[in-house]
Amino acid sequence: MADLSCNVAGIKAPNPFWLASAPPTDKLYNVERAFRAGWGGVVWKTLGMDPPIVNVSSRYGAVHYNGQRMMGFNNVELITDRPLEDNLREIKQIKKDWPDRAVVVSLMVPCTEKDWRFIINKIEDTGCDGVELNFGCPHGMSERGMGAAVGQVPEYVEMVTRWVKECSDLPCLVKLTPNVTDIRQVAHAAKAGGGDGVALINTINSIVSVDLDQMAPEPTIDGKGSHGGYCGPAVKPIALHMVTEIAKDPETKDLPISAIGGISNWRDAAEFISMGASGIQVCTAAMHYGFKIVDDMIDGLNNWMDEKDFATLEDFRGMAVPNVTEWQYLNLKYDIKARIDESTCIQCGLCHISCEDASHQAIREIKANGVRRFEVIDEACVGCNLCMFACPVPDCITMERVDSGKEFQNWTTHPNNPMRVEEN
Amino acid sequence: MTTIDVRAGRLSQEKLALNFADSHPPLDSGNAIVEANRCYFCYDAPCIAACPTAIDIPNFIRKISTGNLKGSAKDILSQNIMGGMCARVCPTETLCEGACVRETQDHQPVRIGELQRYATDKFFDSGETIFERDEATGKRIAVVGGGPAGLSCAHRLALLGHETVVFEARDKLSGLNEYGIAAYKTVNNFAQLEVDFILEIGGIEIRTNQKLGQEVKLDDLRQKFDAVFLSVGLGDVNSLGLENEELEGVYDAVDTISELRQSGNLAELSVGRRVIVIGGGNTAIDVAVLSKKLGAEDVTLAYRRGPEQMSATWKEQEFAQTNGVRVKHWVAPKSLQSENGHVCGIEFECTELNPEGKLVGTGELRNMEADIVFKAIGQTLVNSLDSATEMPETTGGKIAVNSKYETSLAGVWAGGDCIRSGEDLTVQAVEDGKQAALAIHRKLT
Repeated sequence: MADLSCNVAGIKAPNPFWLASAPPTDKLYNVERAFRAGWGGVVWKTLGMDPPIVNVSSRYGAVHYNGQRMMGFNNVELITDRPLEDNLREIKQIKKDWPDRAVVVSLMVPCTEKDWRFIINKIEDTGCDGVELNFGCPHGMSERGMGAAVGQVPEYVEMVTRWVKECSDLPCLVKLTPNVTDIRQVAHAAKAGGGDGVALINTINSIVSVDLDQMAPEPTIDGKGSHGGYCGPAVKPIALHMVTEIAKDPETKDLPISAIGGISNWRDAAEFISMGASGIQVCTAAMHYGFKIVDDMIDGLNNWMDEKDFATLEDFRGMAVPNVTEWQYLNLKYDIKARIDESTCIQCGLCHISCEDASHQAIREIKANGVRRFEVIDEACVGCNLCMFACPVPDCITMERVDSGKEFQNWTTHPNNPMRVEEN
Repeated sequence: MTTIDVRAGRLSQEKLALNFADSHPPLDSGNAIVEANRCYFCYDAPCIAACPTAIDIPNFIRKISTGNLKGSAKDILSQNIMGGMCARVCPTETLCEGACVRETQDHQPVRIGELQRYATDKFFDSGETIFERDEATGKRIAVVGGGPAGLSCAHRLALLGHETVVFEARDKLSGLNEYGIAAYKTVNNFAQLEVDFILEIGGIEIRTNQKLGQEVKLDDLRQKFDAVFLSVGLGDVNSLGLENEELEGVYDAVDTISELRQSGNLAELSVGRRVIVIGGGNTAIDVAVLSKKLGAEDVTLAYRRGPEQMSATWKEQEFAQTNGVRVKHWVAPKSLQSENGHVCGIEFECTELNPEGKLVGTGELRNMEADIVFKAIGQTLVNSLDSATEMPETTGGKIAVNSKYETSLAGVWAGGDCIRSGEDLTVQAVEDGKQAALAIHRKLT
């Protein structure tokens, strides 16, 4: 049995699977159930100043894809709509009842030092393990100068983080919005302000769909809609890239990361940890299937770590980071060709048509005696992988390395590169 | 005292209603979308090649997945005007679904038939139209026989701007779709709804109770019309070649299926307690299952060869068995036994293939009791044709045609079960009608 315990910027938990700040963590009732199901921690749904905000009815807009219901969705919900004192009382209670679990409190108040000091003082009494500064929420609150409106300005991020750190010793995670051009600038600011770690990504600005009868975006609220934050498996590649950017950056490479973004299972979690995350947060998958999914997350990660002989998360954390490089350093001599296993080929022709219409016309169809087969033309195949992915049969098309494996040349020295450096 | 037990009303009305409900209930929209998304959208898809009417199957399925149901139905119906019926009665397991690459992959083909039904049902429900006729040509064509081949031909000719008159021997159009297919395969009077849809195009005049050689003569038609299309089907059934086939209780399966389809009250139909069906095709399966569904206690389907040689597909055989029909292979009827002029049993001889592969009797005998015996050993063209006037040449018991569906008589084309084009299937008949119409059109314009 591997040790799954994690430490994210000084916040400890028995496992790295935390529920992100969202509806699943907005009250004692849910969080109690989550802990009973096995979740290692929660980030309590964002608290704000009283009087509480109000929410609209019709809050989610879903993307259904190829028969898969709700493969992703967006939301226009705001922060907690319950009185501050109710939340504080329940946070105190849950921490008392579940001392080994991480209870982090997400916060969002107007951009004044007075308000931030007020809220920090309030939550210090709850016994929570840390705070998460919500600079990510892209809708509603951002119009009021909070959430992503702060997260998109590195100077504000640094300033508010500093206010928080000056008035509290609680570990402080700064939650970042992906709705920026360079996530590293904001991460630098979080670090400069004294933040103990970053949490990313928050949801992505989106309009999920248009109701073509009402001619209005969805979710539609009395005929109108607004942009909302998109989440779910589709955002994972974007989150993974942003986490990697921070993990690779010389200035932030040691900054603890709580990774968020489309994480649905243990494999996703392992990928984020291998890219440097100390822990992960889940929301969409739990909102779709309930808290029980954590069982496979814990079990699956455990089994995989045992198989790989990793005793702790630290044993593989960040292991993939050194292999992320820039395009110009990739080996141009590396050469692979598609290989079709005719014994498992079902003759759907997708390899042929995808290559024919969209790649390099390197797979020909051969018809003889009413049977057809598909043949790779090596001279034309550039090894792009398209046919392998288009093929519906696992392992029917594989890519075979055909270069010697001994040669290396990258773009920096390539003769076609006008900016090349001369090789010694 | 007689032991013969044939009577009506073996089952309650409730039970009968349940037994004769749709044997394959339609997909709902959620399942249709999930199923549509199982289609790989193959390049040069094998399912298209396996469809006698060459429907662009991946394309109509993709249109289901995007909610373009009108486009989907148009893809189907423009190739096969009876796409709705074919979705219900095609042996898809040997046609499109048999060729589906997912069958090759994991024996779970895309349920093409059910998807086709979904798209066409939704289209018919919408009440929309998709076809418009070309400019009138002034040409008139006589279509003899209002079954699938005839209606398909008439519809295509109408589309191309011709006028047609369909001469139908029976009361209703649609041929075996109306008279020859088990009721549970086509519920809610679907055959006639489909006829209404086909006739909606206009330019098709219908004359029923016009039997070739009686009310209507081929010579007259050839004189009065620019072309004639014969789609008379197969008017008679094969006989067992036994001595006393006229015994009471020995019936032709096609007659019983027809009677059942036209019956207003299933509880009034008589059925034997013990039923033996002789044959190995889909008609044999249909009459066996119908008997079971009407309340027969023991139904045996007796076939002189093995399961592989049956013309009923494996799926049809399985359907019979799950409905409680016993299938007995390798037995051939030797004599009919009777009691007071009513059949009461059959003596069978066991059969086998000799070393040369020829079917021979083994000499071993088996007796089986029966209250009713159904003959379902195929149909024949005899009596369908008009012997009083000049008729086209036949070959192998069917009307001879060339690749353009032309018969030996000038100006006379033929298609459907009365010619030998492919299997005797609705879908093949529809294709024959369509291709013959195109050939007639090319000839006339």
